Amino acid sequence: MAGRYEIRFSGAGGQGLILAGVIMAEAASIYDGIQAVQSQSYGPEARGGASKSEVIISDETIDYPKVTQCDALLALTQEACDKYSHDLKEGGVLLIDSDLVLREPVGNFKVTKFNITNTAKNEIGREIVTNIVALGAMVALTGVVTKEAAEKAVLARVPEAFLELNKKAFHLGYDKAMAAKA
Amino acid sequence: MAFDYDKYIRPGKLPHIWCPGCGHGIVMKGLIRAMDSLNLKKEDTCIVSGIGCASRLPGYIDCCTLHTAHGRAAAFATGVKMAKPEMNVILCGGDGDGTAIGGNHFIHACRRNINMTYIIMNNYIYGMTGGQFSPCTPTGAKASTTPYGNPDPGFDIAKLAIGAGATFVARGTAYHAAQIDKLIAEAIQHKGFSVVEILDDCPTTYGRRNKYRSVIDMMNRLKEVAVPVKAAEKMTAEQLEGKVLTGVLHKVEKPEYTEEYAKVIQRAQAAK
Amino acid sequence: MAKKVAFLQGNEAAAHGALYAGCRFFAGYPITPSTEVAEVLSAELPKVGGKFIQMEDEIGAMAALIGASLTGSKVLTSTSGPGLSLKQENIGYACITEVPAVIVNVMRGGPSTGMPTGPSQSDVMCAKWGTHGDHPAICLVPASVQELFEETVRAFNLAEKYRTPVMIMPDEIVAHMRERIVFPEPGEIEVVDRKGPSVPPEQYKPYDTSFGDVPPLAAFGSGYKFHVTGLNKMQDGFPTTKAEIVQAEEERQVRKVEANKADIMKWEEYLCDDADVIVVAFGSTSRSARFAVNEARKNGIKAGLFRLITFWPFPEERLLELSKKVKGFITPEMNLGMCTGVVKGCIEGNAPVLGIFRVDGEPINPDQILDKMKEVK
Repeated sequence: MAGRYEIRFSGAGGQGLILAGVIMAEAASIYDGIQAVQSQSYGPEARGGASKSEVIISDETIDYPKVTQCDALLALTQEACDKYSHDLKEGGVLLIDSDLVLREPVGNFKVTKFNITNTAKNEIGREIVTNIVALGAMVALTGVVTKEAAEKAVLARVPEAFLELNKKAFHLGYDKAMAAKA
Repeated sequence: MAFDYDKYIRPGKLPHIWCPGCGHGIVMKGLIRAMDSLNLKKEDTCIVSGIGCASRLPGYIDCCTLHTAHGRAAAFATGVKMAKPEMNVILCGGDGDGTAIGGNHFIHACRRNINMTYIIMNNYIYGMTGGQFSPCTPTGAKASTTPYGNPDPGFDIAKLAIGAGATFVARGTAYHAAQIDKLIAEAIQHKGFSVVEILDDCPTTYGRRNKYRSVIDMMNRLKEVAVPVKAAEKMTAEQLEGKVLTGVLHKVEKPEYTEEYAKVIQRAQAAK
Repeated sequence: MAKKVAFLQGNEAAAHGALYAGCRFFAGYPITPSTEVAEVLSAELPKVGGKFIQMEDEIGAMAALIGASLTGSKVLTSTSGPGLSLKQENIGYACITEVPAVIVNVMRGGPSTGMPTGPSQSDVMCAKWGTHGDHPAICLVPASVQELFEETVRAFNLAEKYRTPVMIMPDEIVAHMRERIVFPEPGEIEVVDRKGPSVPPEQYKPYDTSFGDVPPLAAFGSGYKFHVTGLNKMQDGFPTTKAEIVQAEEERQVRKVEANKADIMKWEEYLCDDADVIVVAFGSTSRSARFAVNEARKNGIKAGLFRLITFWPFPEERLLELSKKVKGFITPEMNLGMCTGVVKGCIEGNAPVLGIFRVDGEPINPDQILDKMKEVK
């Protein structure tokens, strides 16, 4: 890769977006051996509200740790999409939950949408892995970390009893995004 | 043979700063006799105080002594005891220091039941700053900041300590000097947070504003209001009106904080 | 063997840096955005036989910290703005009694409750002037997760070496962002231990200047008996109001840091040698500044970065030197001009100092700095 790649995971507090960002960054910096910085901003509420987690990935030293011009945005809720899509660059990747984000931002973006939350809820059987489904999809759509590194990073972060569940969620997200993108 | 106080007094540090007639010196002597009776090693004993007349006490005693900020004795002492549980940690100070500015640290030291002894010299006034009313000043009394009489209700230190979780609470008076060392010694021996309130007097800033003509008047008052807990059992509510109970008021066994933390260390190391 | 690497949050790195330095006691009180420091140490300290205590308030935490330090422990607390205000009482006590302690203060918006989850750099003056009276001040302002680890180790070293409280102040961005960190091996970074007494207990004085400006400090419970007070004191630790002693002791307390500035101060100069415009920045803002400097160089602007790693003592002499050959300084900071004022105060009017101030909870971005560079003529 050449230079900075800026990713923002956004949704509601409690959806595990910070963890999704952390895993993406770990995939890059621990398993792929390139640079990554993850940061976040959050409100006073532990659940609900708009929440974002930002990841900068680069093959060079990363100075500014926040997004300057977003290369890829995940929006799991309408509120997050409205609030955090303003600096998505032209031609940038936009992944949205097709059930929850009904008004898309205006602009020239590579939009991919599928029912992310309901995939976790109905196909995996646990809504709590929504973030991992979304992460799998973002790995597929951005191509800035390898699928292998991302999978390793997921498995290193989740409790042992839930390894299979998360692995399944990650792959399903990856595959659905590939299909939806095509 | 007379008791040799010099054994525990720092050479060259007397005379003390306390006024003639103040009871703090009586309490200090009681503390020294208690320490001697338990054979506490001076270098393994830490005496911690806050700010005020009573908080000057540690400076005179030949131990590890820590004269801290106003109200903070219990918090500083908690750090000493947590870091080195094998040390004997004794706190002392006045009523304003301990129950007003230091009230929060006081109740939480009680709650933790950390193995330390807190001697509160209650003369119901801020003496060092010139006689302002404290949380223990009787309602209606005159102080330099209550020229029309004190509108505030007062604290009962012993009840406060019991309510907050202290496992040993005793009360004595500066008049009943011979009892002080026994109460303090029993408090030090008790495992857990122990509080010894000593009713004391400030003739300089309280007595003269409240119609006590002499130190003797004030001492006589202490003598008259004090009723030992045992004697009180046989008295009617009417007879106890205006009296103050003395002796060991509360003594229970509960887990001690530094021992509980030692278990935390064991659990953490087992899980490693 | 490959070194241990991890992807850590700044606050977690500070906690691990403390452990590396030999910290064995933590007292604190919960406050956003610093709580991860306490959380990590509540788990890690008992594993190494250390102690963790959550106190009833911020004041009590600082008090317990000093009590524990006097028993010979290396001690840490963590807090943020409102907690720092409360801790100032006993930070002053640690200064006058010369008791080592390290305070991690994560900078959030203020004054008062302000913006608990928003980043800020507005506590740097509080690090120097927060407690009343004249006193020494050491304040470190790291800019990355790795540096937060390493500077926490250095904070302990400075506290122990100079017998004084040391503050380490990451802004909320540095404290909460995550980066890869390479853990140094034991011995790889210097760890300084407290100088203990070399005389027997009966000859010991806690402020004995015959051993220099930083006298040895014995531990309570180690056989040494001595008195510690927040009153002005003599060399034996007992209070005094004798004018010449009070004057000499106050001057010594400040001098032990001022006279050792060269050992304490740390900064980084990036492309400053031929720079026409130098950005003076610290913490996360210095990362925006470096980005901007690199962009500026691509556009033919001779820009440089002077990155503060210690905020106090402040590198006044070096900035004065640089001021003689630059056209201007830019001082971006997440406050309303604290660093800007200090820079202006030390360069004797040799060059303009253009501040960029943000207190809205958003970081200063590189574009703001690039725009400001155009104003330097």
